[in-house]
Amino acid sequence: MALSRRLTSRSTLISHPLSAAFNRFISTDTTPITIETSLPFTAHLCDPPSRSVESSTQELLSFFRTMALMRRMEIAADSLYKAKLIRGFCHLYDGQEAVAIGMEAAITKKDAIITAYRDHCIFLGRGGSLYEVFAELMGRRDGCSRGKGGSMHFYKKDSSFYGGHGIVGAQVPLGCGIAFAQKYGKEEAVTFAMYGDGAANQGQLFEALNISALWDLPSILVCENNHYGMGTAEWRAAKSPSYYKRGDYVPGLKVDGMDAFAVKQACKFAKEHALKNGPIILEMDTYRYHGHSMSDPGSTYRTRDEISGVRQERDPIERIKKLVLSHDLATEKELKDMEKEIRKEVDDAIAKAKDCPMPEPSELFTNVYVKGFGTESFGADRKEVKAALP
Amino acid sequence: MWGILRQRAVVDGGLSLRRTRSALVSARSYAAGSKEMTVRDALNSAIDEEMSADPKVFVMGEEVGQYQGAYKITKGLLEKYGPERVYDTPITEAGFTGIGVGAAYAGLKPVVEFMTFNFSMQAIDHIINSAAKSNYMSAGQINVPIVFRGPNGAAAGVGAQHSQCYAAWYASVPGLKVLAPYSAEDARGLLKAAIRDPDPVVFLENELLYGESFPISEEALDSSFCLPIGKAKIEREGKDVTIVTFSKMVGFALKAAEKLAEEGISAEVINLRSIRPLDRATINASVRKTSRLVTVEEGFPQHGVCAEICASVVEESFSYLDAPVERIAGADVPMPYAANLERLALPQVEDIVRAAKRACYRSK
Repeated sequence: MALSRRLTSRSTLISHPLSAAFNRFISTDTTPITIETSLPFTAHLCDPPSRSVESSTQELLSFFRTMALMRRMEIAADSLYKAKLIRGFCHLYDGQEAVAIGMEAAITKKDAIITAYRDHCIFLGRGGSLYEVFAELMGRRDGCSRGKGGSMHFYKKDSSFYGGHGIVGAQVPLGCGIAFAQKYGKEEAVTFAMYGDGAANQGQLFEALNISALWDLPSILVCENNHYGMGTAEWRAAKSPSYYKRGDYVPGLKVDGMDAFAVKQACKFAKEHALKNGPIILEMDTYRYHGHSMSDPGSTYRTRDEISGVRQERDPIERIKKLVLSHDLATEKELKDMEKEIRKEVDDAIAKAKDCPMPEPSELFTNVYVKGFGTESFGADRKEVKAALP
Repeated sequence: MWGILRQRAVVDGGLSLRRTRSALVSARSYAAGSKEMTVRDALNSAIDEEMSADPKVFVMGEEVGQYQGAYKITKGLLEKYGPERVYDTPITEAGFTGIGVGAAYAGLKPVVEFMTFNFSMQAIDHIINSAAKSNYMSAGQINVPIVFRGPNGAAAGVGAQHSQCYAAWYASVPGLKVLAPYSAEDARGLLKAAIRDPDPVVFLENELLYGESFPISEEALDSSFCLPIGKAKIEREGKDVTIVTFSKMVGFALKAAEKLAEEGISAEVINLRSIRPLDRATINASVRKTSRLVTVEEGFPQHGVCAEICASVVEESFSYLDAPVERIAGADVPMPYAANLERLALPQVEDIVRAAKRACYRSK
């Protein structure tokens, strides 16, 4: 495991007099650190949480590692798509990693997450493996949906991750439904229903929010505002792009979505709120470096200057990197080594996924129903291919 | 008037050499097959010409304007006609479809694009209850001259929520017209007819056909060109078995017909063009000639378009049938993503060949 490998190198460093002063055993180091969010929160109908976020050296390093892993995974998916190993639609999350990671840090696996089709990193954050990701993207049998879902349909029920949805906005009422079940079962858990600025104008969101507010459901609506709904900028789609206020009578918080600690603090705050007072909206101000999907160059409706500007000034991984370095938790070289390990981890997972066979043809007919009563199902030529659904 | 004259001339195919009384037409030479056009360009030119001819026609949908169209069907229209004729909408199908239907109530002629027909389900109440039934409920006061268009059916590897065919659903509703072009000529002629039509039309395109080139006649390139709604086209004449289908499957059926010809079976391929109204007359006339029927569609089999065609033939031409009717359709499962499973879930040329041979009592 990468961290224990570093421990060994750490102990050789400890023998060096210069570094002996610093505690480098970071793998189990839960020394608390307080991080200030870069920007204040903007609140609607509530008091914003403090900008001082409690963290630890372990958490800070794990943020770096996991975000770097997510970044590398998405870049690798880009190459696989161009090599035609991934088909159909592929919506990449690079730039938005801080939202996935900050949210995970604030919640447990009993809290549920549901999102739309930009779901690879959320899946990873919920405990999915790289191998399952790449196998699914390439339509192989060891994929997280056994090759039957594809990029937009990743799920992990045992970690309360409910997908992975292709129809814009649909996941929000679904998320409120999961929250309904959590309240019904007195689970003391919440649901984060994620959506984009494009989906924010969908009527079904307001319907679900109204019901959530009426029935005090522990729903947290998280708008990942990356400022573009496919090719349409937010100001062309929404009369009011203050998505955190769009809940009207439902409180909201606007968060710097490129700051993993701000995201963590906001999600922690939202969970506490939702368990006591019902729904709340979080607007994460974030950015996607890629276009909407691999079919969209992403540069016909945004300037390259804008994209590189965000990358230079607000990149979420760079921010964590600077924090790691300024807190002396690792050197530049150690972080570079970590990135190399991550690259290898991703490459290994891809190689293994490439070797994974495609699903058995019989899988065409599995999981149509849970209980099929032996009913007939047919292939394209109904007289040639049929099956009884068990 | 000219449009109607041309319609009659064109009934049996775009490569018809029949002359109309139009001076314009007689001055032109019919160089059949010398020009080619992609389906995409055909659709684009059709919308362009209809917008030019009628200021009440406007386009509405996601990314249709500045983005030039998600599939580039509306490319150049915003630049040519301006933002008062081409509207980029938010991602809110229920809302903008309702607005489109309302505009049609008030006399405008909207062309509403669904990025795929899967998303039309968010707006289906407006298509059915607000558009299809209004002329009837109002006893003719409120007609709805709207076109709902976009890609329908499976693409490549887009998964369960993005691959469904809606032909059967929409075609079962009285008050709607449902069209499905195959070739570039179909695309031009049917879309122009749809935009001119005073009733709501569901226009089912196919993403994988957009880039395909087809020969196109001078006649079809004329701005008054129109195809009749409700008339199927016999793409290939034959005498042993009738293969009826629409959209992308027409291409597959033609390939199957080639393969069957090598084995001495002469297949007649009918391109429906219009799912509703369904050209039962052409289908039945063909089956009465061949005595055998194979129907093909990409959508789910149960209660599908093929089921209606089989019912019509069994009802009207029973004594002419020499073999049971055959249906080739999409598999009865949600569309899987994996490439091998997706292939199994969709009709292939060999499925059509096999069914035709079965109908001719030939073994595999």
